[in-house]
Amino acid sequence: MLTHGFRIGIVLVISLFVSKPCLGGAIDVFDGQKGTIKIAGGTAHIPVMKEAAKRIMTRNKDIVITVAGGGSGVGIKQVGEGLVDIGNSGRKAKPEEVEKYGLKMFKWAVDGVGVVVNPANPVKSLTKDQLKRIYAGEIDNWSKIGGVDHGITIYTRDEASGTRAVFWGRALGKGEITTSALFVPSNGAMKTAVANDPHAIGYVSVGHIDETVAPVALDGVTPTLDTVKSGQYSISRGLYSNTKGDPTGLTKLFIEYLLSTEGQQIAAEKGFIPVK
Amino acid sequence: MRPSKELLAKSVFLCCAIASAAIILAILGFMVALGIPLFRESTFSAIWSGPWAPHRGAYGIWAMISGTFWIAFLAAMICLPLSLGMSFVISSLAGRRVRKLLGALVRFMTGIPTVIYGFIGIFLLVPLIREGLGGPGICVLTASIMLAILISPTMILFFTDSLLAVNAAYVQAAKALGANRVQRLLYVMVPRALGGMASGFILALGRALGDTLIALMLAGNAIRPPQGFLEPARTLTAHIALVKAADFDSMEFRSIFACGIALYLFTILATIAVRMMARERVAVS
Repeated sequence: MLTHGFRIGIVLVISLFVSKPCLGGAIDVFDGQKGTIKIAGGTAHIPVMKEAAKRIMTRNKDIVITVAGGGSGVGIKQVGEGLVDIGNSGRKAKPEEVEKYGLKMFKWAVDGVGVVVNPANPVKSLTKDQLKRIYAGEIDNWSKIGGVDHGITIYTRDEASGTRAVFWGRALGKGEITTSALFVPSNGAMKTAVANDPHAIGYVSVGHIDETVAPVALDGVTPTLDTVKSGQYSISRGLYSNTKGDPTGLTKLFIEYLLSTEGQQIAAEKGFIPVK
Repeated sequence: MRPSKELLAKSVFLCCAIASAAIILAILGFMVALGIPLFRESTFSAIWSGPWAPHRGAYGIWAMISGTFWIAFLAAMICLPLSLGMSFVISSLAGRRVRKLLGALVRFMTGIPTVIYGFIGIFLLVPLIREGLGGPGICVLTASIMLAILISPTMILFFTDSLLAVNAAYVQAAKALGANRVQRLLYVMVPRALGGMASGFILALGRALGDTLIALMLAGNAIRPPQGFLEPARTLTAHIALVKAADFDSMEFRSIFACGIALYLFTILATIAVRMMARERVAVS
Protein backbone atom coordinates (compact mmCIF):
# COMPACT_ATOMS: atom_id res chain seq x y z
CA MET A 1 0.00 0.00 0.00
CA LEU A 2 1.33 3.38 -0.93
CA THR A 3 1.78 5.99 1.70
CA HIS A 4 -0.08 9.24 1.35
CA GLY A 5 3.05 11.28 0.72
CA PHE A 6 4.26 8.85 -1.91
CA ARG A 7 0.97 9.04 -3.74
CA ILE A 8 1.11 12.85 -3.78
CA GLY A 9 4.62 12.56 -5.12
CA ILE A 10 3.49 10.38 -7.98
CA VAL A 11 0.68 12.77 -8.83
CA LEU A 12 3.15 15.66 -8.84
CA VAL A 13 5.58 13.84 -11.11
CA ILE A 14 2.82 12.86 -13.52
CA SER A 15 1.35 16.35 -13.57
CA LEU A 16 4.80 17.73 -14.34
CA PHE A 17 5.00 15.57 -17.44
CA VAL A 18 1.42 16.20 -18.41
CA SER A 19 1.39 19.95 -17.91
CA LYS A 20 4.73 20.69 -19.52
CA PRO A 21 3.48 20.45 -23.12
CA CYS A 22 0.48 22.64 -22.26
CA LEU A 23 2.85 25.46 -21.33
CA GLY A 24 4.43 25.32 -24.77
CA GLY A 25 3.57 27.75 -27.49
CA ALA A 26 4.27 31.44 -27.55
CA ILE A 27 5.66 31.54 -24.04
CA ASP A 28 8.72 29.37 -24.82
CA VAL A 29 10.38 32.31 -26.60
CA PHE A 30 11.19 33.53 -23.10
CA ASP A 31 13.33 30.46 -22.42
CA GLY A 32 16.95 31.37 -21.84
CA GLN A 33 16.13 35.06 -21.56
CA LYS A 34 17.15 37.15 -18.61
CA GLY A 35 16.32 40.63 -17.38
CA THR A 36 13.52 42.89 -16.22
CA ILE A 37 10.51 44.54 -17.81
CA LYS A 38 8.99 47.55 -16.09
CA ILE A 39 5.36 48.25 -16.89
CA ALA A 40 3.22 51.17 -15.66
CA GLY A 41 0.19 53.21 -16.61
CA GLY A 42 -3.40 52.25 -17.47
CA THR A 43 -5.19 50.58 -14.59
CA ALA A 44 -7.66 48.71 -16.83
CA HIS A 45 -4.70 46.75 -18.22
CA ILE A 46 -3.45 45.52 -14.86
CA PRO A 47 -5.27 42.14 -14.63
CA VAL A 48 -3.94 41.09 -18.05
CA MET A 49 -0.43 42.41 -17.35
CA LYS A 50 -0.32 40.56 -14.03
CA GLU A 51 -1.48 37.27 -15.51
CA ALA A 52 0.99 37.51 -18.40
CA ALA A 53 3.78 38.46 -15.99
CA LYS A 54 2.89 35.58 -13.68
CA ARG A 55 2.97 33.04 -16.49
CA ILE A 56 6.27 34.30 -17.85
CA MET A 57 7.94 34.55 -14.45
CA THR A 58 6.69 31.11 -13.43
CA ARG A 59 8.25 29.65 -16.53
CA ASN A 60 11.49 31.59 -16.35
CA LYS A 61 12.80 32.64 -12.94
CA ASP A 62 15.43 34.89 -14.50
CA ILE A 63 12.85 37.34 -15.80
CA VAL A 64 11.39 39.94 -13.46
CA ILE A 65 8.33 41.87 -14.58
CA THR A 66 6.93 44.68 -12.47
CA VAL A 67 3.44 46.05 -13.04
CA ALA A 68 2.36 49.42 -11.67
CA GLY A 69 -0.73 51.60 -12.21
CA GLY A 70 -0.98 55.36 -12.29
CA GLY A 71 -3.33 55.89 -15.20
CA SER A 72 -2.91 56.30 -18.94
CA GLY A 73 -1.31 59.72 -18.64
CA VAL A 74 1.31 58.33 -16.27
CA GLY A 75 1.96 55.38 -18.57
CA ILE A 76 2.60 57.56 -21.60
CA LYS A 77 4.71 60.02 -19.64
CA GLN A 78 6.82 57.40 -17.89
CA VAL A 79 7.57 55.39 -21.01
CA GLY A 80 8.30 58.62 -22.88
CA GLU A 81 10.74 59.71 -20.19
CA GLY A 82 12.36 56.28 -20.25
CA LEU A 83 11.34 55.40 -16.68
CA VAL A 84 9.54 52.23 -17.72
CA ASP A 85 9.82 49.86 -20.67
CA ILE A 86 6.13 49.65 -21.43
CA GLY A 87 3.61 52.41 -20.72
CA ASN A 88 0.00 51.31 -20.94
CA SER A 89 -2.83 53.58 -21.96
CA GLY A 90 -6.56 53.13 -22.28
CA ARG A 91 -6.62 55.75 -25.02
CA LYS A 92 -4.59 56.45 -28.12
CA ALA A 93 -1.57 58.56 -27.33
CA LYS A 94 -2.14 62.12 -28.55
CA PRO A 95 -0.30 63.09 -31.76
CA GLU A 96 1.88 65.53 -29.82
CA GLU A 97 2.77 62.81 -27.31
CA VAL A 98 3.68 60.41 -30.11
CA GLU A 99 5.81 63.04 -31.77
CA LYS A 100 7.47 64.29 -28.59
CA TYR A 101 8.48 60.85 -27.31
CA GLY A 102 8.59 58.81 -30.52
CA LEU A 103 6.02 56.39 -29.13
CA LYS A 104 5.01 53.14 -30.80
CA MET A 105 1.49 52.00 -29.93
CA PHE A 106 0.39 48.38 -29.77
CA LYS A 107 -3.33 47.79 -29.44
CA TRP A 108 -3.99 44.33 -28.02
CA ALA A 109 -7.60 44.52 -26.90
CA VAL A 110 -10.82 46.49 -27.06
CA ASP A 111 -12.57 47.47 -23.87
CA GLY A 112 -15.84 49.20 -23.05
CA VAL A 113 -16.38 51.76 -20.33
CA GLY A 114 -19.55 50.96 -18.44
CA VAL A 115 -21.58 52.89 -15.88
CA VAL A 116 -21.89 50.93 -12.64
CA VAL A 117 -23.94 51.20 -9.47
CA ASN A 118 -24.11 49.19 -6.27
CA PRO A 119 -25.92 45.86 -6.81
CA ALA A 120 -28.48 46.89 -4.15
CA ASN A 121 -29.51 49.89 -6.25
CA PRO A 122 -32.82 49.29 -8.13
CA VAL A 123 -31.81 51.74 -10.89
CA LYS A 124 -30.25 49.59 -13.60
CA SER A 125 -31.05 51.64 -16.67
CA LEU A 126 -30.48 55.27 -17.61
CA THR A 127 -30.66 57.41 -20.70
CA LYS A 128 -27.55 59.28 -21.80
CA ASP A 129 -29.33 62.51 -20.99
CA GLN A 130 -30.07 61.36 -17.43
CA LEU A 131 -26.45 60.30 -17.02
CA LYS A 132 -25.25 63.71 -18.20
CA ARG A 133 -27.56 65.46 -15.76
CA ILE A 134 -26.46 63.21 -12.89
CA TYR A 135 -22.81 63.98 -13.55
CA ALA A 136 -23.58 67.68 -13.98
CA GLY A 137 -25.19 67.63 -10.53
CA GLU A 138 -28.68 68.50 -11.81
CA ILE A 139 -30.19 65.17 -10.78
CA ASP A 140 -28.95 64.73 -7.23
CA ASN A 141 -31.37 62.20 -5.75
CA TRP A 142 -31.97 58.58 -6.76
CA SER A 143 -35.74 59.03 -6.24
CA LYS A 144 -35.86 61.33 -9.29
CA ILE A 145 -34.87 58.42 -11.52
CA GLY A 146 -36.80 55.60 -9.89
CA GLY A 147 -34.53 54.77 -6.95
CA VAL A 148 -34.66 55.24 -3.20
CA ASP A 149 -34.92 58.70 -1.66
CA HIS A 150 -31.22 59.32 -1.08
CA GLY A 151 -28.56 61.61 -2.49
CA ILE A 152 -26.43 60.31 -5.35
CA THR A 153 -22.73 59.89 -4.63
CA ILE A 154 -20.90 60.55 -7.88
CA TYR A 155 -17.50 58.96 -8.40
CA THR A 156 -15.10 59.98 -11.11
CA ARG A 157 -11.44 59.53 -12.04
CA ASP A 158 -8.53 61.94 -12.22
CA GLU A 159 -7.30 63.62 -15.39
CA ALA A 160 -4.65 60.96 -15.98
CA SER A 161 -7.28 58.32 -16.55
CA GLY A 162 -7.91 57.03 -20.05
CA THR A 163 -11.16 55.54 -18.77
CA ARG A 164 -12.23 59.03 -17.76
CA ALA A 165 -11.22 60.50 -21.10
CA VAL A 166 -13.34 57.96 -22.98
CA PHE A 167 -16.28 58.25 -20.58
CA TRP A 168 -16.21 62.04 -20.62
CA GLY A 169 -16.03 62.24 -24.40
CA ARG A 170 -18.40 59.45 -25.40
CA ALA A 171 -20.90 59.16 -22.55
CA LEU A 172 -21.06 62.71 -21.21
CA GLY A 173 -20.41 64.44 -24.54
CA LYS A 174 -17.65 66.45 -22.77
CA GLY A 175 -20.30 67.76 -20.40
CA GLU A 176 -19.64 69.30 -17.02
CA ILE A 177 -18.76 67.08 -14.05
CA THR A 178 -19.98 68.50 -10.74
CA THR A 179 -17.33 69.70 -8.30
CA SER A 180 -18.85 67.56 -5.56
CA ALA A 181 -17.85 64.37 -7.43
CA LEU A 182 -15.49 62.08 -5.54
CA PHE A 183 -12.19 61.13 -7.19
CA VAL A 184 -10.66 57.66 -7.10
CA PRO A 185 -7.27 56.85 -8.59
CA SER A 186 -7.85 53.53 -10.44
CA ASN A 187 -10.40 51.15 -11.98
CA GLY A 188 -9.91 48.86 -8.99
CA ALA A 189 -10.50 51.69 -6.52
CA MET A 190 -13.63 52.69 -8.44
CA LYS A 191 -15.00 49.17 -8.19
CA THR A 192 -14.28 48.99 -4.46
CA ALA A 193 -15.85 52.40 -3.86
CA VAL A 194 -19.05 51.58 -5.77
CA ALA A 195 -19.25 48.07 -4.28
CA ASN A 196 -19.13 49.53 -0.77
CA ASP A 197 -21.44 52.50 -1.24
CA PRO A 198 -25.14 51.68 -1.84
CA HIS A 199 -25.80 55.15 -3.28
CA ALA A 200 -22.83 55.40 -5.60
CA ILE A 201 -22.59 55.79 -9.35
CA GLY A 202 -19.31 55.42 -11.21
CA TYR A 203 -17.77 54.04 -14.37
CA VAL A 204 -15.22 51.29 -14.94
CA SER A 205 -13.61 49.31 -17.69
CA VAL A 206 -16.08 46.60 -18.77
CA GLY A 207 -13.37 44.02 -18.11
CA HIS A 208 -13.51 44.99 -14.43
CA ILE A 209 -17.26 44.53 -14.01
CA ASP A 210 -18.06 41.54 -11.79
CA GLU A 211 -20.75 40.60 -9.28
CA THR A 212 -19.65 43.24 -6.75
CA VAL A 213 -20.98 46.04 -8.95
CA ALA A 214 -24.01 46.22 -11.25
CA PRO A 215 -23.72 47.49 -14.84
CA VAL A 216 -26.24 50.14 -15.89
CA ALA A 217 -27.86 49.95 -19.31
CA LEU A 218 -27.34 53.16 -21.25
CA ASP A 219 -30.14 54.02 -23.68
CA GLY A 220 -31.25 50.41 -23.30
CA VAL A 221 -27.88 48.74 -23.99
CA THR A 222 -26.16 46.96 -21.10
CA PRO A 223 -22.36 47.16 -21.24
CA THR A 224 -21.19 43.55 -21.62
CA LEU A 225 -18.49 41.81 -23.57
CA ASP A 226 -20.98 40.94 -26.30
CA THR A 227 -22.55 44.37 -26.74
CA VAL A 228 -19.12 46.02 -26.84
CA LYS A 229 -17.92 43.44 -29.35
CA SER A 230 -20.90 43.90 -31.64
CA GLY A 231 -20.56 47.66 -31.47
CA GLN A 232 -24.06 48.01 -30.03
CA TYR A 233 -22.56 49.55 -26.90
CA SER A 234 -20.63 52.48 -28.24
CA ILE A 235 -18.52 53.69 -25.31
CA SER A 236 -15.39 51.70 -26.02
CA ARG A 237 -11.69 52.19 -26.59
CA GLY A 238 -8.58 50.25 -27.46
CA LEU A 239 -6.17 49.09 -24.80
CA TYR A 240 -2.65 50.04 -25.80
CA SER A 241 0.82 49.14 -24.68
CA ASN A 242 3.27 51.81 -25.75
CA THR A 243 7.02 51.75 -26.14
CA LYS A 244 9.53 54.49 -26.83
CA GLY A 245 10.65 53.73 -30.36
CA ASP A 246 10.49 50.19 -31.67
CA PRO A 247 10.53 47.64 -28.83
CA THR A 248 13.63 45.51 -28.47
CA GLY A 249 14.73 42.46 -26.50
CA LEU A 250 12.46 41.31 -23.70
CA THR A 251 10.04 44.19 -24.21
CA LYS A 252 9.53 43.11 -27.80
CA LEU A 253 8.94 39.51 -26.71
CA PHE A 254 6.43 40.66 -24.11
CA ILE A 255 4.41 42.66 -26.62
CA GLU A 256 4.50 39.78 -29.09
CA TYR A 257 3.29 37.55 -26.28
CA LEU A 258 0.31 39.88 -25.63
CA LEU A 259 -0.59 39.57 -29.31
CA SER A 260 -0.01 35.79 -29.46
CA THR A 261 -2.83 33.27 -29.19
CA GLU A 262 -2.07 32.74 -25.50
CA GLY A 263 -1.83 36.47 -24.76
CA GLN A 264 -5.08 37.14 -26.54
CA GLN A 265 -6.65 34.30 -24.59
CA ILE A 266 -5.59 35.97 -21.32
CA ALA A 267 -7.17 39.23 -22.51
CA ALA A 268 -10.42 37.39 -23.26
CA GLU A 269 -10.36 35.62 -19.89
CA LYS A 270 -9.99 38.94 -18.10
CA GLY A 271 -13.06 40.34 -19.84
CA PHE A 272 -11.62 42.20 -22.81
CA ILE A 273 -12.15 41.74 -26.52
CA PRO A 274 -9.05 40.37 -28.27
CA VAL A 275 -7.97 42.13 -31.43
CA LYS A 276 -6.92 38.96 -33.23
CA MET B 1 43.41 65.38 17.11
CA ARG B 2 45.96 67.24 15.02
CA PRO B 3 44.90 70.71 13.89
CA SER B 4 45.07 69.77 10.19
CA LYS B 5 42.76 66.82 10.73
CA GLU B 6 40.45 68.96 12.76
CA LEU B 7 40.34 71.52 10.02
CA LEU B 8 39.53 68.84 7.47
CA ALA B 9 36.70 67.44 9.57
CA LYS B 10 35.40 70.94 10.18
CA SER B 11 35.29 71.81 6.51
CA VAL B 12 33.69 68.50 5.53
CA PHE B 13 30.91 68.96 8.04
CA LEU B 14 30.49 72.57 7.04
CA CYS B 15 30.04 71.46 3.45
CA CYS B 16 27.35 68.97 4.54
CA ALA B 17 25.55 71.68 6.46
CA ILE B 18 25.73 74.12 3.58
CA ALA B 19 24.57 71.46 1.14
CA SER B 20 21.50 70.51 3.16
CA ALA B 21 20.57 74.16 3.66
CA ALA B 22 21.13 74.84 -0.04
CA ILE B 23 18.91 71.93 -1.05
CA ILE B 24 16.02 73.34 0.96
CA LEU B 25 16.42 76.73 -0.67
CA ALA B 26 16.96 75.18 -4.09
CA ILE B 27 13.67 73.32 -3.80
CA LEU B 28 11.83 76.57 -3.18
CA GLY B 29 13.64 78.22 -6.08
CA PHE B 30 12.89 75.27 -8.32
CA MET B 31 9.19 75.38 -7.50
CA VAL B 32 8.97 79.11 -8.11
CA ALA B 33 10.92 78.87 -11.37
CA LEU B 34 8.78 76.03 -12.73
CA GLY B 35 5.60 77.72 -11.54
CA ILE B 36 6.38 80.99 -13.31
CA PRO B 37 4.46 80.13 -16.55
CA LEU B 38 1.34 79.57 -14.46
CA PHE B 39 1.73 82.85 -12.60
CA ARG B 40 2.27 84.57 -15.92
CA GLU B 41 -0.83 82.97 -17.45
CA SER B 42 -3.23 83.91 -14.69
CA THR B 43 -3.23 86.30 -11.79
CA PHE B 44 -2.02 85.42 -8.32
CA SER B 45 -5.49 85.82 -6.86
CA ALA B 46 -7.04 83.53 -9.50
CA ILE B 47 -4.60 80.79 -8.52
CA TRP B 48 -4.94 81.39 -4.82
CA SER B 49 -8.72 81.75 -4.62
CA GLY B 50 -10.28 80.77 -7.97
CA PRO B 51 -12.00 77.49 -8.90
CA TRP B 52 -10.23 74.42 -10.33
CA ALA B 53 -11.58 73.76 -13.82
CA PRO B 54 -8.66 72.88 -16.14
CA HIS B 55 -10.85 72.44 -19.23
CA ARG B 56 -11.99 76.05 -18.81
CA GLY B 57 -8.48 77.34 -18.15
CA ALA B 58 -9.03 77.94 -14.42
CA TYR B 59 -6.33 76.57 -12.12
CA GLY B 60 -7.35 77.87 -8.69
CA ILE B 61 -6.15 75.86 -5.71
CA TRP B 62 -8.34 77.45 -3.04
CA ALA B 63 -10.50 74.30 -2.76
CA MET B 64 -7.33 72.31 -1.98
CA ILE B 65 -5.97 74.84 0.53
CA SER B 66 -9.32 74.90 2.28
CA GLY B 67 -9.54 71.09 2.23
CA THR B 68 -6.02 70.81 3.66
CA PHE B 69 -6.83 73.10 6.58
CA TRP B 70 -10.17 71.50 7.35
CA ILE B 71 -8.71 68.00 7.46
CA ALA B 72 -5.45 68.86 9.23
CA PHE B 73 -6.98 71.06 11.94
CA LEU B 74 -9.84 68.69 12.62
CA ALA B 75 -7.31 65.84 12.88
CA ALA B 76 -5.19 67.83 15.33
CA MET B 77 -8.29 68.68 17.38
CA ILE B 78 -9.37 65.05 17.55
CA CYS B 79 -5.83 64.00 18.37
CA LEU B 80 -5.25 66.55 21.14
CA PRO B 81 -7.52 65.14 23.89
CA LEU B 82 -6.46 61.57 23.05
CA SER B 83 -2.80 62.46 23.27
CA LEU B 84 -3.23 64.48 26.45
CA GLY B 85 -4.90 61.54 28.16
CA MET B 86 -2.34 59.07 26.88
CA SER B 87 0.64 61.19 27.86
CA PHE B 88 -0.79 61.84 31.35
CA VAL B 89 -1.18 58.10 31.85
CA ILE B 90 2.28 57.29 30.49
CA SER B 91 4.10 60.08 32.32
CA SER B 92 2.61 59.84 35.77
CA LEU B 93 -0.79 58.29 36.38
CA ALA B 94 -0.19 54.63 35.55
CA GLY B 95 1.95 52.04 37.30
CA ARG B 96 5.43 51.24 36.02
CA ARG B 97 4.35 48.18 34.00
CA VAL B 98 1.42 49.84 32.27
CA ARG B 99 3.61 52.85 31.50
CA LYS B 100 6.24 50.70 29.85
CA LEU B 101 3.64 48.78 27.89
CA LEU B 102 1.84 51.89 26.63
CA GLY B 103 5.13 53.59 25.83
CA ALA B 104 6.19 50.62 23.73
CA LEU B 105 2.80 50.60 22.02
CA VAL B 106 3.06 54.27 21.04
CA ARG B 107 6.59 53.78 19.74
CA PHE B 108 5.34 50.79 17.75
CA MET B 109 2.56 52.96 16.27
CA THR B 110 5.12 55.28 14.70
CA GLY B 111 6.22 52.40 12.49
CA ILE B 112 2.82 51.48 11.04
CA PRO B 113 2.71 52.43 7.35
CA THR B 114 0.17 55.07 6.39
CA VAL B 115 -1.45 52.85 3.80
CA ILE B 116 -2.57 50.44 6.52
CA TYR B 117 -4.51 53.23 8.21
CA GLY B 118 -6.00 54.23 4.88
CA PHE B 119 -7.01 50.69 4.13
CA ILE B 120 -8.62 50.15 7.52
CA GLY B 121 -10.38 53.49 7.12
CA ILE B 122 -11.94 52.44 3.84
CA PHE B 123 -13.26 49.13 5.07
CA LEU B 124 -14.19 49.94 8.68
CA LEU B 125 -14.63 53.66 9.19
CA VAL B 126 -16.21 54.71 5.88
CA PRO B 127 -19.28 52.41 6.15
CA LEU B 128 -19.63 53.34 9.82
CA ILE B 129 -19.69 57.07 9.10
CA ARG B 130 -21.98 56.60 6.09
CA GLU B 131 -24.52 54.56 8.03
CA GLY B 132 -24.22 56.51 11.26
CA LEU B 133 -23.92 60.11 10.16
CA GLY B 134 -25.02 60.12 6.50
CA GLY B 135 -23.29 61.53 3.45
CA PRO B 136 -20.98 59.53 1.22
CA GLY B 137 -18.87 58.30 4.14
CA ILE B 138 -15.73 59.32 2.31
CA CYS B 139 -15.37 62.78 3.80
CA VAL B 140 -13.40 65.27 5.87
CA LEU B 141 -14.37 63.63 9.17
CA THR B 142 -13.31 60.12 8.12
CA ALA B 143 -9.93 61.33 6.88
CA SER B 144 -9.44 63.44 10.00
CA ILE B 145 -10.15 60.57 12.38
CA MET B 146 -7.64 58.29 10.66
CA LEU B 147 -5.16 61.14 10.40
CA ALA B 148 -5.60 61.83 14.12
CA ILE B 149 -4.55 58.26 14.86
CA LEU B 150 -1.63 58.59 12.47
CA ILE B 151 -0.25 61.74 14.09
CA SER B 152 -1.04 60.73 17.67
CA PRO B 153 2.36 59.09 18.35
CA THR B 154 4.10 62.36 17.47
CA MET B 155 1.92 64.27 19.90
CA ILE B 156 2.00 61.65 22.64
CA LEU B 157 5.79 61.26 22.55
CA PHE B 158 6.33 65.01 22.63
CA PHE B 159 3.82 65.50 25.44
CA THR B 160 5.27 62.64 27.48
CA ASP B 161 8.85 63.79 27.00
CA SER B 162 8.09 67.35 28.02
CA LEU B 163 6.15 66.19 31.08
CA LEU B 164 8.99 63.92 32.15
CA ALA B 165 11.56 66.65 31.52
CA VAL B 166 10.06 68.79 34.29
CA ASN B 167 12.64 69.23 37.04
CA ALA B 168 12.17 66.41 39.56
CA ALA B 169 12.83 68.82 42.44
CA TYR B 170 9.56 70.65 41.73
CA VAL B 171 7.63 67.42 41.69
CA GLN B 172 9.27 66.22 44.91
CA ALA B 173 8.50 69.54 46.56
CA ALA B 174 4.84 69.28 45.61
CA LYS B 175 4.82 65.72 46.90
CA ALA B 176 6.27 66.90 50.20
CA LEU B 177 3.47 69.44 50.46
CA GLY B 178 0.97 66.61 50.24
CA ALA B 179 -0.06 66.93 46.58
CA ASN B 180 -1.35 63.67 45.13
CA ARG B 181 -0.46 62.31 41.68
CA VAL B 182 -3.18 64.17 39.80
CA GLN B 183 -2.45 67.44 41.59
CA ARG B 184 1.28 67.12 40.88
CA LEU B 185 0.50 66.47 37.23
CA LEU B 186 -2.01 69.27 36.71
CA TYR B 187 -0.49 72.00 38.88
CA VAL B 188 3.23 71.33 38.63
CA MET B 189 4.12 69.26 35.57
CA VAL B 190 1.65 70.53 32.96
CA PRO B 191 2.30 74.26 33.47
CA ARG B 192 6.07 73.69 33.28
CA ALA B 193 5.74 71.46 30.18
CA LEU B 194 3.34 73.68 28.26
CA GLY B 195 5.94 75.06 25.83
CA GLY B 196 7.20 71.64 24.81
CA MET B 197 3.67 70.36 24.51
CA ALA B 198 2.73 73.23 22.23
CA SER B 199 5.62 72.47 19.89
CA GLY B 200 4.55 68.81 19.87
CA PHE B 201 1.08 69.93 18.85
CA ILE B 202 2.39 72.05 16.01
CA LEU B 203 4.75 69.35 14.76
CA ALA B 204 1.87 66.88 14.69
CA LEU B 205 -0.23 69.46 12.87
CA GLY B 206 2.57 69.83 10.34
CA ARG B 207 2.55 66.10 9.83
CA ALA B 208 -1.19 66.21 9.25
CA LEU B 209 -0.77 69.03 6.72
CA GLY B 210 1.83 67.05 4.81
CA ASP B 211 0.24 63.62 4.77
CA THR B 212 -0.94 62.47 1.34
CA LEU B 213 -2.25 58.97 1.40
CA ILE B 214 -4.91 59.18 4.11
CA ALA B 215 -6.65 62.13 2.45
CA LEU B 216 -6.22 60.61 -1.01
CA MET B 217 -7.89 57.40 0.11
CA LEU B 218 -10.48 58.68 2.57
CA ALA B 219 -11.39 62.31 1.86
CA GLY B 220 -12.92 61.82 -1.59
CA ASN B 221 -10.79 64.41 -3.44
CA ALA B 222 -13.72 66.52 -4.63
CA ILE B 223 -12.61 69.84 -6.07
CA ARG B 224 -14.86 72.04 -3.98
CA PRO B 225 -14.11 73.69 -0.63
CA PRO B 226 -15.88 71.55 2.00
CA GLN B 227 -18.93 73.10 3.65
CA GLY B 228 -19.13 70.62 6.50
CA PHE B 229 -17.45 67.65 8.19
CA LEU B 230 -19.41 65.14 6.14
CA GLU B 231 -18.44 66.55 2.75
CA PRO B 232 -15.61 65.32 0.57
CA ALA B 233 -12.50 67.45 0.18
CA ARG B 234 -9.16 67.41 -1.57
CA THR B 235 -5.89 68.31 0.10
CA LEU B 236 -2.94 70.01 -1.58
CA THR B 237 -0.89 66.84 -1.27
CA ALA B 238 -3.62 64.62 -2.74
CA HIS B 239 -4.02 67.16 -5.52
CA ILE B 240 -0.36 66.88 -6.39
CA ALA B 241 -0.65 63.09 -6.42
CA LEU B 242 -3.67 63.22 -8.71
CA VAL B 243 -2.45 65.88 -11.14
CA LYS B 244 1.18 64.79 -11.47
CA ALA B 245 0.24 62.66 -14.46
CA ALA B 246 -0.85 65.61 -16.57
CA ASP B 247 1.35 66.67 -19.45
CA PHE B 248 4.62 68.30 -18.30
CA ASP B 249 4.02 71.47 -20.29
CA SER B 250 0.37 71.88 -19.37
CA MET B 251 -0.81 74.51 -16.93
CA GLU B 252 -2.41 71.77 -14.88
CA PHE B 253 0.99 70.33 -14.22
CA ARG B 254 2.38 73.79 -13.42
CA SER B 255 -0.28 74.22 -10.78
CA ILE B 256 1.47 71.49 -8.81
CA PHE B 257 4.20 74.01 -8.09
CA ALA B 258 1.69 76.51 -6.76
CA CYS B 259 0.49 73.76 -4.41
CA GLY B 260 4.07 72.99 -3.48
CA ILE B 261 4.79 76.61 -2.67
CA ALA B 262 1.66 76.84 -0.52
CA LEU B 263 2.63 73.69 1.40
CA TYR B 264 6.18 74.95 1.78
CA LEU B 265 4.96 78.22 3.27
CA PHE B 266 2.64 76.46 5.72
CA THR B 267 5.47 74.22 6.88
CA ILE B 268 7.79 77.19 7.32
CA LEU B 269 5.14 79.01 9.35
CA ALA B 270 4.70 75.96 11.57
CA THR B 271 8.46 75.66 12.04
CA ILE B 272 8.79 79.33 12.94
CA ALA B 273 6.00 78.93 15.47
CA VAL B 274 7.79 75.98 17.07
CA ARG B 275 11.03 77.96 17.15
CA MET B 276 9.43 80.93 18.83
CA MET B 277 7.85 78.70 21.46
CA ALA B 278 11.10 76.95 22.13
CA ARG B 279 12.82 80.31 22.63
CA GLU B 280 10.10 81.42 25.01
CA ARG B 281 10.50 78.18 26.93
CA VAL B 282 14.21 78.76 27.31
CA ALA B 283 13.52 82.29 28.49
CA VAL B 284 11.03 81.08 31.12
CA SER B 285 13.12 78.33 32.66
